[in-house]
Amino acid sequence: MKRQRTIVTFNSNMNNNNNHLFHFLSEEIIFIILDFLNQNPIDKKAFSLACKSFYAIEAKHRKKLKPLRSEHIPQVLNRYPYVSHIDLTLCPRITDTSLTTISNACMSSLRSIDLSGSNCFSGTGLLSLAVNCKNLVEINLSNATELRDSAVAALAEAKNLENLWLGRCKQITDMGVGCIAVGCRKLRLISLKWCPGVGDLGVGLLAVKCKDIRSLDLSYLPITDKCLPSIFKLQYLEDLVLEGCFGIDDDSLSGLKHGCKSLKKLDISSCQNITHVGLSSLTSGSGSGGFLEQIILSHGSPVTLALADSLKKLPMLQSIKLDDCPVTYAGLKAIGNWCASLRELSLSKCAEVTDESLSSLLTKHKDLRKLDITCCRKITYASIDHITNSCTALTSLRMESCTLVPREAFVLIGQRCQFLEEIDITDNEVDDEGLKSICRCSNLSSLKLGICLNITDEGVANIGMCCSKLVELDLYRCTGISDSGISAVASGCPGLEMINIAYCKDITDSSLISLSKCSSLNTIESRGCPLITSLGLAAIAVGCKQLAKLDIKKCSSIDDAGMIPLAHFSQNLRQINLSYSSVTDVGLLSLASISCLQSLTILHLKGLSPSGLAAALLACRGLTKVKLQATFKTLLPHALFEHLEARGCVFQWRDKFFRAELDPQCWKIQLEDIMQMQ
Amino acid sequence: MDHKEKLCADAWANPSSGNDLTNEISADCPTFANFKPQLHQQKWEDPSILDYGGIGIEPSFQEFNQPSETQTSLPCNSNNDTKMADREDGRMCETPQANKSQDWDPRTMLNNLTFLEQKIHQLQDLVHLIVGRRGQVLGRPDELVAQQQQLITADLTSIIAQLISTAGSLLPSVKHTLSTTTPSIGQFGQLGGSFVPSGVGNDASVKLQNSNGSKLADQSNHTDLISNYGTEQNYSIEEHESKDEEDADEGENLPPGSYEILQLEKEEILAPHTHFCAICGKGFKRDANLRMHMRGHGDEYKTPAALAKPNKESSSEPTLIKRYSCPYAGCKRNKDHKKFQPLKTILCVKNHYKRTHCDKSYTCSRCNTKKFSVIADLKTHEKHCGKDKWLCSCGTTFSRKDKLFGHIALFQGHTPAIPLDETKGTQGPADHGEGSEASNRVGNINFSFSSTAPGGVGVVQSLMDVKESINDPTSYFSPLNFETCNFDGFHEFPRPPFEDSESSFSFLMPGSCNYTHKTGGEPNSNNLD
Repeated sequence: MKRQRTIVTFNSNMNNNNNHLFHFLSEEIIFIILDFLNQNPIDKKAFSLACKSFYAIEAKHRKKLKPLRSEHIPQVLNRYPYVSHIDLTLCPRITDTSLTTISNACMSSLRSIDLSGSNCFSGTGLLSLAVNCKNLVEINLSNATELRDSAVAALAEAKNLENLWLGRCKQITDMGVGCIAVGCRKLRLISLKWCPGVGDLGVGLLAVKCKDIRSLDLSYLPITDKCLPSIFKLQYLEDLVLEGCFGIDDDSLSGLKHGCKSLKKLDISSCQNITHVGLSSLTSGSGSGGFLEQIILSHGSPVTLALADSLKKLPMLQSIKLDDCPVTYAGLKAIGNWCASLRELSLSKCAEVTDESLSSLLTKHKDLRKLDITCCRKITYASIDHITNSCTALTSLRMESCTLVPREAFVLIGQRCQFLEEIDITDNEVDDEGLKSICRCSNLSSLKLGICLNITDEGVANIGMCCSKLVELDLYRCTGISDSGISAVASGCPGLEMINIAYCKDITDSSLISLSKCSSLNTIESRGCPLITSLGLAAIAVGCKQLAKLDIKKCSSIDDAGMIPLAHFSQNLRQINLSYSSVTDVGLLSLASISCLQSLTILHLKGLSPSGLAAALLACRGLTKVKLQATFKTLLPHALFEHLEARGCVFQWRDKFFRAELDPQCWKIQLEDIMQMQ
Repeated sequence: MDHKEKLCADAWANPSSGNDLTNEISADCPTFANFKPQLHQQKWEDPSILDYGGIGIEPSFQEFNQPSETQTSLPCNSNNDTKMADREDGRMCETPQANKSQDWDPRTMLNNLTFLEQKIHQLQDLVHLIVGRRGQVLGRPDELVAQQQQLITADLTSIIAQLISTAGSLLPSVKHTLSTTTPSIGQFGQLGGSFVPSGVGNDASVKLQNSNGSKLADQSNHTDLISNYGTEQNYSIEEHESKDEEDADEGENLPPGSYEILQLEKEEILAPHTHFCAICGKGFKRDANLRMHMRGHGDEYKTPAALAKPNKESSSEPTLIKRYSCPYAGCKRNKDHKKFQPLKTILCVKNHYKRTHCDKSYTCSRCNTKKFSVIADLKTHEKHCGKDKWLCSCGTTFSRKDKLFGHIALFQGHTPAIPLDETKGTQGPADHGEGSEASNRVGNINFSFSSTAPGGVGVVQSLMDVKESINDPTSYFSPLNFETCNFDGFHEFPRPPFEDSESSFSFLMPGSCNYTHKTGGEPNSNNLD
């Protein structure tokens, strides 16, 4: 903030004296000043709009670009000649033409490009990128579901490529990966997650040809032990993700005994065929466990004594994730005796975790920073007492739905774990007293209190008083709170970026008006707040210029009057949910002026006519995702949808019946019933 | 020819030519006497040379010459003088040099080569004589025929032995080989049987020599060397067995002159039938069919003796292996070619001649692109046409994906080539390459039969195919792949068009067509791995 003010002063000096002080500064110095202006994109925009020379300097300075529309790419690139990183994730449709334009404009200055989320380009565009942009080091092609081997083969011409993401490129096969392996010999990172066409041969060749690979993501690939030996021979491999590789078993991992000495992170979650036998390869022999820091065993085989013992000797291990694993007391106790001191432990959804096992586990790991005991429904006060006693350095505690933990236990958290930055106590018995104690953690940046029905304004007021660094606050279905609580939060937490007040039915416009002071807010979720009207929304629109996501589903009092200020002020809005509100054609159509609007959910809008919908859809040129009532499918011409789909928009049709809102308490009881039935 | 033949006939008819014999022996012996010191000179630090000279060669030569003592070896006679002169000249020149370079002397080698050349000519003449003789001999009494046969064989063996020893002396280390692998060259009577392995042995020792050249001078390493050599030999035999089945005769590495060279005329090669009925003139492809046919001409052809396979000679009779020369002048398979490589069987000759020197008149009915001159090749191709969908950027196709990936893992710069139907989806360069890729792909398919060979099933299957179409399944490997695989091309192959980033789209574009054919030989060797 201070720096910004300085610049403003400079500007005013300049205008007053007609003496360009900035002329005394070299371009490099101004570049350094600009480097500090990266927190808020608007700052740079303001800078560049000050005068012609600032405009030129800012244009030269900019290295990263995240355009909204592919139409503007030629002009944008013309303005910013030194751009080296282009993020095209916001563009609904990137075609070969766009890629060719980019490659011809940037040539060898382009180093990184992100194309994830677009699947309209083909090999031609990639070819021009690969050929023209010799220094291209990084490309993200995730979600390019239509991409075929020939396109990947064209990309293989990018000889300097180091980082490549091909997640969810469903069409590519071993052949394409083989081309990459041969062409891009400098690869350091490659992600092939969810590429079901890629198997042993492609991965094996990759490991044979690209010796520099550091990070390899093979999640959900149909690979078997055939390709693993060559992977284990990779000298620099640090991060290996084998999540959901069902073809891998204990025998496959035996190669770990002698290879992969550089491995730092191993993810074998959801590999059901790996047991302690395979894991023991990590520690036996001159194995790869020497530098292993993180191991992820989620959704895997039972955490037994044998499994815990097999990992016992890993000297550098800091983090282990056992989410959704069947655990035994002996297993957890054995983890407690490990030689390394854990920093991070995740036991979420391990239903068998008890007070005894958790205590015996944590006795020795006093250095724990992050603990996830989400849905450990058996733990009680004793566990929390033990955790807070032994792990005082905790920075993150996630304990959603630990339903047996009584309200007194939460007081201990605030008393003993002063360094907490993140706490998730969704669906717990915490009350105002507990919350008050938790709010003593002054570094708190994320606080999740969803479905904590015992909390009232009194407790929430403490958040505003103590947690000035709070960024994220989740008050989903905290039915006990009202405007006064929110107003305290709004005044005490100026840096708030995300707030969820969904189904807090007592909240009115005054809450939104007070929240409009938090200028950093980018996500507001206020579903099911029937008292909120267009007036409150207008205040938000004016105050929170950064607003990107807005959910006003079931805010039945909001109508077109709220949309018009939104359309005018919230130029950064990307995602909006208007279902069940009173918005009509007019309001929807007015949203077309928000150029970055991408996602639109409009179910059960009573006032929406087919023609109004058609007009709005046509006017919002940046749309990528629209959720619509299935009835509109027949009411509107098919050609319209085809046209919109060609523009890069995906339609999701919903056919839900209108459901009346339940009483919160009743809602929770119903939820618990469902859970018990399962 | 007539003149010579007469001369020869005279010599044979005249039993008193024993004089010549003594002359010849005396002439021969100095040759070898000269030869020995010369060898010694080459490798005088190596004590094994003495072994070689003393035990390995001399006694065996005496042994060899013994049979010819009773008879004349006329062709040798005529050349002896010049040969000796050569030898002496050679020695004169060498002597001063010997001090400078103790290990290897090109001049000696040249001399030895000249000697070899002359010996080969002798051998050729002799063979010509035999060929000429055969016709005349027919009518004569059996004893005489047998006698003459013996005589010729003896002469041949002697010449061949000389050839081998000289050829062997070209390689400094070969003495081990000869002394270890062929305990007595006197056994050369069984040449046909025993020589192939020893030929391989020679080959192995050459390798050994190349790699261990410096060691040779070292006495202490001598025993090591021999044991080394043993393994080396095994290795190379294995290699020959596995390598290029189709090219067995190249692998066998017969020293020139150790076999009889026959050359059929073009008409003979292309004749559809080679066996004709003496009575009705009907032609047959196989002798067995002719014999079956002959039964119809009377009861005398129905006897077991008449139906039995002729030319089944008694095993005691020493026979020379036969090799064939292609009548096409300038062909590598023609005996006048510098690097002549003989063909193994008549079938090889036929297939070679058709493949290399005839039009390709059989077109594949599936792809309508590939043409063959040998119908068996077409049949083999048609079995695989369109099936080999795994394509490498070098143009090699594979019937199995893992084979392709093994190939790519092995070679630098090779890339999987994306099949045609997929490139269709993209515009621009991909489309551009489409047409050419099609031809490229089709062009490669003819190599498929060799690429499937390594798979056990493939071999069996193709062997069966051949059985159906060709008479002699044993000769399948050699004929089938001779000319589809150009081995000169293979050496040129590692031209890496992909390294160059500008032209690096060649796998999408026509460029790859250019070398497709050149690289034809590759699949065979690749798939060995």
